[in-house]
Amino acid sequence: MMRADPILLARDAENLFWVARYMERVENLARLIDVAQSFESPGREAESWAALVAINADEANFATWLGTEAETDPMQVKRFYLLARDNPTSIPACVEQARTLARTLRPLISTEMWRQINVMHRFVLRIQPLDLEGDSLSRLCTRLKEAVQTHTGVTEGTMYRDQGWQFYQLGRQLERADQTTRLLDIKYRLLVPRDREARRVTELTQWNAVLRAAAGYHAFKRLSRGAFNVQDVAEFLLRDPSFARSALHCVRRCETHLDDLRRMHHLHGIAPAIERAEYLRAYLLDPPMAGILAGDLHDYLDRVQILLMEVASAIGRGFFRNWQPPALIHELEQYQG
Amino acid sequence: MDPHATELFAVYQPGRFFCELTHDRPDDAGVSALIRQRLEQIGGAALRARATAAESDLIDLGITFTVYSDAQAIDRILPFDCIPRILTAAEWARLEAGCLQRVAALNAFLGDIYHGGKIVKDGIIPADLVFGNPNFRPEMRDFPVPHGTYVHVCGIDIIRDEFGAFRVLEDNARTPSGVSYVVENRHLMLRAFPDLMAGVRLRPVDDYGYRLRVAMNEIAPDGTDNPEVVLLSPGIYNSAYFEHVFLAREMGVPLVQGADLIVENDRVFMRTSAGLRRVHTVYRRLNDDFLDPEIFRADSLLGVPGLIRAWRAGHVAIANAVGTGVADDKAVYAYMPRIIKYYLGEDPIINNVPTRICREPDALAYTLEHIDELVIKPVGESGGYGITIGPRASRAELDAARIALRADPAQWISQDLIGLSVAPTLTDEGIGARHLDLRPFIITGRDSWVLPGGLTRVALKQGSLIVNSSQGGGSKDTWVLAEQGR
Repeated sequence: MMRADPILLARDAENLFWVARYMERVENLARLIDVAQSFESPGREAESWAALVAINADEANFATWLGTEAETDPMQVKRFYLLARDNPTSIPACVEQARTLARTLRPLISTEMWRQINVMHRFVLRIQPLDLEGDSLSRLCTRLKEAVQTHTGVTEGTMYRDQGWQFYQLGRQLERADQTTRLLDIKYRLLVPRDREARRVTELTQWNAVLRAAAGYHAFKRLSRGAFNVQDVAEFLLRDPSFARSALHCVRRCETHLDDLRRMHHLHGIAPAIERAEYLRAYLLDPPMAGILAGDLHDYLDRVQILLMEVASAIGRGFFRNWQPPALIHELEQYQG
Repeated sequence: MDPHATELFAVYQPGRFFCELTHDRPDDAGVSALIRQRLEQIGGAALRARATAAESDLIDLGITFTVYSDAQAIDRILPFDCIPRILTAAEWARLEAGCLQRVAALNAFLGDIYHGGKIVKDGIIPADLVFGNPNFRPEMRDFPVPHGTYVHVCGIDIIRDEFGAFRVLEDNARTPSGVSYVVENRHLMLRAFPDLMAGVRLRPVDDYGYRLRVAMNEIAPDGTDNPEVVLLSPGIYNSAYFEHVFLAREMGVPLVQGADLIVENDRVFMRTSAGLRRVHTVYRRLNDDFLDPEIFRADSLLGVPGLIRAWRAGHVAIANAVGTGVADDKAVYAYMPRIIKYYLGEDPIINNVPTRICREPDALAYTLEHIDELVIKPVGESGGYGITIGPRASRAELDAARIALRADPAQWISQDLIGLSVAPTLTDEGIGARHLDLRPFIITGRDSWVLPGGLTRVALKQGSLIVNSSQGGGSKDTWVLAEQGR
């Protein structure tokens, strides 16, 4: 007898959510590194790389890893994110995590998904210091983006649309929204020249780079008919209903998946997550952008990030559980029976 | 020898051993000769190129086992040799019958010893060997299991001697692994060597998952219409984890870990996104010791507290049953011919390797005297560890074995050194003769079924007799030729 709705273990639901988050994080980190590089200006290279560390809230983590209080060296930041397996926020660490989770999910995910993650994992572990130099870096970022995009495409094309798919998509959309707020934030951490005309040109260059990094440059130009102002860019990245990486778009997608879990899969306990997502959507839409920009955009973005975390926590409380006490991990490693 | 075989096989030397591909077998319908011919046509260089591509395919697909050392995780593939091992229909018919007989005897033995032990009272096997065996589980006494089946999945290690006779080397009645490689090896051959296989009619191996699922349904507690089956795994750190994934997928059942299950009111449930859900059959790939901290190792977090309670209450089935380790013990193995005779009134269809039980004074004396001719094995170990091969051991190694034997004779058996059969295997220097064995898999629910063929493990090192994957073994696709007209 065929099942109506396959069983999904709570642990698997959680792991699907996190596989998507880690993979999405990798793509966004690659985008951020690419854009940080284009912000480099002669004599002030360190600045944009310090900003990258700051928006990832990695200052303390980075200082510990570096082991000194030295000035931010751009190459160290690149290593920190692209080579350092001992940095939990690095791309190799994220891919390692995603692959470990995918391994636990192998009965649920397609063979093609597993194979692609596996192959990508090998590629990422083989990144060399030389790949971080000169024009290689941008090519590396492109390869990383494409690897995640391949993952996304393979997933879209092969994953069975059961509950697991919904949890996977929730992870992806929440992470993507979060990362867009960070991308916007990086711009606000960069210094701009005092001179009015120089400032205008610099701002334009920086905003264009942000839009490019978010893969929104061409769409923005079409909407703005070639014109440019800061308010429009912020509006676009946060609130555009059709831009795949806008915070609003991601939150709406979340709401769709939450609703599917409620209506199609009849999951109890979804209501708190739906409420949090609704609240977040209102928070994204309601305040006039001019007001946000006149005040403190950074604080606003911070608040959006906290609300995103609240949605994630509500999902976690409803469906996941802290299933694996730390002592178990040790025993698992010992056990070879 | 085939007249076309001028290149690869010209220098092939099986020596005094039985060769699985070049020995003349009139009932193989010419398949061995055809395969040799095709291998020649493909040629050594192309074979190697394809084999390399096939192995990198295995890495990409993550068909690997993980070796942990110094907190480093290394993914290894089970090395795959692309030259198949061929069994004729008649050979297989005999192997199949032998396996069925052996499993029937194992289950009868377990049923008996956990219900009084008539075989012990009748003096067929010493009491301490059964009831004093560390793998004997007193918890199992007087507990009836559905259909009298204890060993739901059995793997029997079979070798072939110099004369081409099959012999049982070892029974694996706990949680034998390797079946996933049987199926994956076949898929790999079909992808990489379709021209080698073209037109050769083989018994398929795709049925395993379905048969296992049916057996798991059959042992579910009475009155369950659609039993919920799970596969209980220790998780990704286990070296057989890929197989757990494979079997869960083939059966279409959730792959769970201990923490996913909970026992309430003597019933087993799994934690799902939609809350707790009843479980009826647990196919566990976890040793007895770790299964239930209430009964066995209290410190284990891998198991499920209360699982045995639920089992004894009849609300869940566990496969394999607890306590089967007493039957595949190397000391009990020596008694298997008598055990078969006792329960079935038959002689073994496949004989044991001549074995001495060193706890018996005569056997110990013989073993000590002939130690340089014999294979000395500890009764408790698996994976090929702790074995001394007399003719190949140094004087120091023989002395060490003697000391160990005298110190605790009951811990050892000795066996004649069998010249394991060989098969041509692709090496860096063309093809070479390498020793191999065979592990057929038998599933038993209400009835028994044998997967055609089984896992052929091959010792890749020249002259080596140790085929275990943990010690440099590889595997081959095992072809069982379909009967004429079938």
